[in-house]
Amino acid sequence: MATEMRTGLARIAAAALLCLAQQAFAILPIEQWQSPSGAKVLFVANRDLPMLDVSVDFPAGSAYDTREKSGAAAMTRGLLRLGADGLAEDEIARRFADVGAVLGGRFDPDRAGLHLRTLSDPQRRGTAIDLLSRILRAPEFPAEVLEREKVRQIGALKEADLKPDTQVARLFYQMVFREHPYALRSSGDVATVGRLTRGDLQAFYRRHYVADRAVVAIMGDVSRQEAEAIAEQLTAGLPRGDGQATPLPQVESLSQSVTRVVAHPATQSHILIGAPGIRRDDPDYFTLFVGNYILGGGGFVSRITEEVRQKRGLAYSAYSYFSPQQATGPFIIGMQTRRDQAEEALSVLRATLREYLEKGPTGEELRAAKQNIIGGFPMRIDSNRKIHDYLGLIGFYGLPLGYLEDFVGNIDKVTVDGIRSAFARHVDPDRMVTVVVGADSDRTVMSPAAR
Amino acid sequence: MNPAIRFLQAALTVCLLLAGHAAAAAPQAVAEHELANGLRIIVKPDRRAPVAVTMVWYRVGSVDEQNGTTGVAHVLEHMMFKGTKAVPPGEFSKLIAAAGGRDNAFTSRDYTGYFQTLHKSELPLSFRLEADRMANLVLSPGEFAKEIKVVMEERRWRTDDRPQSVLYERLMAAALAAHPYRNPVIGWMSDLENLTVEDTRTFYEQWYAPNNAIVVVVGDVVPAEVFALAERHFGGIARKALPPRKPQDEPPQLGIRHLTVKVPAELPQVLMAYRVPKLRNPDEDWEPYALDMLESILSGNDAARLPQTLVKTGRMAVSAGASYDGIGRGPGFFFLSGTPVGGRSVGEVEQGLRREIRRIVDEGVTADELGRAKAQAIASQVYQRDSMFFQARMIGWLETVGLPHRLPDLFVEKLQNVTSEQVQAVARKYLVDDQLTVAYLDPQPLEGGARKPAPPAGARHGD
Repeated sequence: MATEMRTGLARIAAAALLCLAQQAFAILPIEQWQSPSGAKVLFVANRDLPMLDVSVDFPAGSAYDTREKSGAAAMTRGLLRLGADGLAEDEIARRFADVGAVLGGRFDPDRAGLHLRTLSDPQRRGTAIDLLSRILRAPEFPAEVLEREKVRQIGALKEADLKPDTQVARLFYQMVFREHPYALRSSGDVATVGRLTRGDLQAFYRRHYVADRAVVAIMGDVSRQEAEAIAEQLTAGLPRGDGQATPLPQVESLSQSVTRVVAHPATQSHILIGAPGIRRDDPDYFTLFVGNYILGGGGFVSRITEEVRQKRGLAYSAYSYFSPQQATGPFIIGMQTRRDQAEEALSVLRATLREYLEKGPTGEELRAAKQNIIGGFPMRIDSNRKIHDYLGLIGFYGLPLGYLEDFVGNIDKVTVDGIRSAFARHVDPDRMVTVVVGADSDRTVMSPAAR
Repeated sequence: MNPAIRFLQAALTVCLLLAGHAAAAAPQAVAEHELANGLRIIVKPDRRAPVAVTMVWYRVGSVDEQNGTTGVAHVLEHMMFKGTKAVPPGEFSKLIAAAGGRDNAFTSRDYTGYFQTLHKSELPLSFRLEADRMANLVLSPGEFAKEIKVVMEERRWRTDDRPQSVLYERLMAAALAAHPYRNPVIGWMSDLENLTVEDTRTFYEQWYAPNNAIVVVVGDVVPAEVFALAERHFGGIARKALPPRKPQDEPPQLGIRHLTVKVPAELPQVLMAYRVPKLRNPDEDWEPYALDMLESILSGNDAARLPQTLVKTGRMAVSAGASYDGIGRGPGFFFLSGTPVGGRSVGEVEQGLRREIRRIVDEGVTADELGRAKAQAIASQVYQRDSMFFQARMIGWLETVGLPHRLPDLFVEKLQNVTSEQVQAVARKYLVDDQLTVAYLDPQPLEGGARKPAPPAGARHGD
């Protein structure tokens, strides 16, 4: 049975490749232009469903915070919708709800923005887009709303601070990124959030929510002409920048390995291992993407899951990933396990990584990985939401417009040797941070790099 | 929003999405077929992408477990990936992955479901593997011994170290005396520790049968071809006599119940559960539709009553919300939840929640509020069609709890007709103390001398 399937699969994978190449062109004609406001716009028309996804993103994530005012970026974005252009927060919420529109959006170290999902008929769409443009153009950051949100945020931070998963992530990012703003907590800390003033938010907004750095992604049931008008309406009233992007500093690599163990009464130890990984524009991106699929990205079929879960029953979830960002983002291996098994789990993770770094994947593993990623390509673009997410990604990081068309080809090019050498360039087992939260007592071990 | 409410809103989201009417382009017709062995196949064509989502739903969940073996439905779900005579352990997921697919499974109180998302040309693979493990699962003691450890890790991760999960688990155990909804889906730890591979085998042999399953396919497929494929792969599996399902009806609640959960946490919380009816007869019932509207008016948007009065103007709560689980085989609940801001007590928040209910009982709701809730429901119905996975999940869920998959259309109609008086009437009839269980999360300091970690040595190099 298995043999028969393999033969069948190879054939289908090849067929999928062919059909994808054609289909990608057919279904994803991405249009890009610059709005008169200076904003970059990406658009795909799709009339299948009477709905529209629109987002506006800025390089205004938590990496643009300062150490003293950490949390300003998140609070600025959070307050955009809580009072704008003469409309109070409840009025804004009611008006969106009245037309069935949903306002969300992303916030991460690099990006901050708003995402609107609305029905596409002109009346409801018009109301929703008009509201969004007022929020983006004239946020008021009301002082009394800020005070309330600070209290809520501080409560949430204190609650989170007790949790082992929060503690392990905080320490990990501090130790991996040290002085770099990627070390900052995205929502700020109790002390820094407490310090935020209305003036801080206004200044952050004026500096970072500027038209010529805005990326507008539009996906759904409108024409090109309508999309142009929407993009301009959303960005025309934004602050004008000085044309100078705010560059993020470079991430320094680690000079040694450090292991930090922290006491916590939880039933499980939470483990993170990692180091600075790659930037979004790294030429090794696809090679590492495929290589990591084999190591710890492929769910049930990855080496880490095999060693940790399938063979030993040590964890429910164990994984690895690269998070490529504007500056160098982290490479992370993580899992949780009953606390008396933490040492065993750590040895298994480390041994699995070392083995992979030394020998690389097998040809069979690479073949299986390609089959999955290439054969699974249609599922990456099978909904408006997923395509819209790609538009935002391509626009924000300046990826080629043909990113999706070329995706399959780029995956197919990856070789065993390529993976081994790319991992050697980017992951050094002698310069890694390890954090374990959930132990009887605290401990720190530093081990200078062997080389 | 706190995790307990988020957890509860999993049910809420589904209820909201049910509502609404088909705007603009009509969705493609759903086709249905039943094999001679009782297996039902439901197909919903969606030609937007060359993809097919396959789900096999078994009408068995934690509600069908016995005392002493709670969690067995979910453990069996894990074991379903551990091989048959034809497909060795681990091979199932490898074959799906090599075909470009993604697979997993989920267990709930009422059902257990397995899914694959694949290129449409791979549907035969999915059917072949699912049919194989429906009939030929090998339950080996060695694989069980490893997997039960994984499930215990899952329980620690999902529940034991999460205060809000513990609060919900203990609330349900207190709110119900007889009905098995009182047990957590993942099972009590002691039961997991004492579970045997034989327990999973018994459960598998009793409940995994074509006449206790529904296959749902959503994607770029032709129904007649899917039916033929199902006949080829599942047609040879024999039907089974299923065990009788005892109703295990919950006796009437005879007064308010309180409980306190003391766990390490920072913020207190109050979680209130009122016994309310579930949707049983979609044509005749009206109360569940009114309860659905009540939920939306209380917390369906940022300006809804609970966030508006408790969080924004009242400033007593970090978060506040409502949630109605109106669809399922067992008893229904209407939940209210709130977390006080520093300096305010759970008592104040509880009073705030009760005050909002009393306002509705006394004054009803406004036409604007009803209109808003209906508009949100209509839009959600359209948005839901963007996800094939979600559509498949909705069909399987409704059918396994005994409701028609066409319910969403009816739901719309019914929802549009709900009046302010009806919302007022269900609040008055059901949100009363004698039907209420209240759980308080009482935060405890971390034990064992643990504290918030000091800044790491490694972070100090450049200071």
